[in-house]
Amino acid sequence: MSDTLQVASFTVAMATLATLVALPPGLAVAWVLARWRFTGKVVLETLVSLPLVLPPVATGLILIAILGRRGPLGRLFAQLGIELMFTWRAVVVAMAVMALPLLVRSARAGFEQVDRRYEQIAATLGAGPVRVFFTVTLPLARRGLLSGALLGFSRALGEFGATIMVAGALPSTRTIAVAIYTYTETGQQAAAALLLVVSATIAFGALLLSNRLATV
Amino acid sequence: MSVPMTFDFTLEQGDFTLELRERFEARVVVLFGPSGAGKTSVLESIAGLRTPRRGAIRIGARTLFDSAADINLAPSHRRVGYVPQDLVLFPHLDVRRNLLYGVHRSVGHEIDPVTRLLELGHVLDRDIAGLSGGERQRVALARALMMSPAVLLLDEPLSALDIDLRSRILPYLERIRDELAMPMVYVSHDESEVQAMADWVIVLEAGRAMRSGPELGAAAPI
Repeated sequence: MSDTLQVASFTVAMATLATLVALPPGLAVAWVLARWRFTGKVVLETLVSLPLVLPPVATGLILIAILGRRGPLGRLFAQLGIELMFTWRAVVVAMAVMALPLLVRSARAGFEQVDRRYEQIAATLGAGPVRVFFTVTLPLARRGLLSGALLGFSRALGEFGATIMVAGALPSTRTIAVAIYTYTETGQQAAAALLLVVSATIAFGALLLSNRLATV
Repeated sequence: MSVPMTFDFTLEQGDFTLELRERFEARVVVLFGPSGAGKTSVLESIAGLRTPRRGAIRIGARTLFDSAADINLAPSHRRVGYVPQDLVLFPHLDVRRNLLYGVHRSVGHEIDPVTRLLELGHVLDRDIAGLSGGERQRVALARALMMSPAVLLLDEPLSALDIDLRSRILPYLERIRDELAMPMVYVSHDESEVQAMADWVIVLEAGRAMRSGPELGAAAPI
């Protein structure tokens, strides 16, 4: 039971961190896609959505190439004395990458629903673009953004393929999805079933909230 | 006090072309004409929300736009108090925060005189959704006034109101004109409003000024 609790709380903590990590770039991309027209927009759209359709293990393979000791990010962090691969950090990165497409989609819809008139009037009242974004656009899009964050969180919660590639199934990096797999492999059906119930409950709650926010 | 104004510009929007060649001195200029004449486009060009193809827009000593001199001030630098027809009050802010939105922190804010002028003291802590039509109209006016604009742009401020409310809001507008001595560009298609407010009238039709002068009847044909 304590093992289940430990795995569940670790997973929730990692998924929360991953959502927070994915939020700034996710919101930036969503805003750019919602508000700007530029050549190559469809390429950016496709690129952001790619983790949604690629096999998660393939995404994991790409992440190994980036985060591994010989990868650009892995090397940079190694110089700072920070190990990425097979640590909780790799779990966060894998979850964040997988959460990003869903987050961007919802957030983009949220931004698109904001009537530009509010932004224009804010500008005539003396607000520069940054102030308009933080005081008008962001608050008015908040439902879509929160819905996207919860959707991304739910996706991160269930992440398996990319996570196992970059973080393995070590006791220190074991998420609910990975633990269900290892429990099943080692014949611990009851423990796997318990984790299934726990993850389904958390995911159900997060999705329910996300849907409520998106439709109200 | 009259202020020199120049609305001398060409704005193109799809098939519609707005062409003005107006220079005059006025305290309140009313843009009068049927829907689709381009009245709102004039206001939005002054506010910086639309960019003319060429020409100049000046109010008092300030040049807001001048294509020849490559001047095109951002909306945030124009100091125009724009009250659009649909008001566009911020739904996520209460009345007080709406009013203070355009007030620069370094200047500080004196909310009392404006709320007294427009009798809004009792609604300051309310949500926008809970306001009546007349209150919303006055909040939009107050929000524009609070930023101490160089000019007030009013787009049919009374058109959405019933006759009773109109007769109650019009005196507020007259007080703004008389007590604050703030120049206004006022869009209307109601003759009684023109008579009450204007000291210069531009009659617009299909993107052109048909007549222009100190009174609606006496506006000189162009």
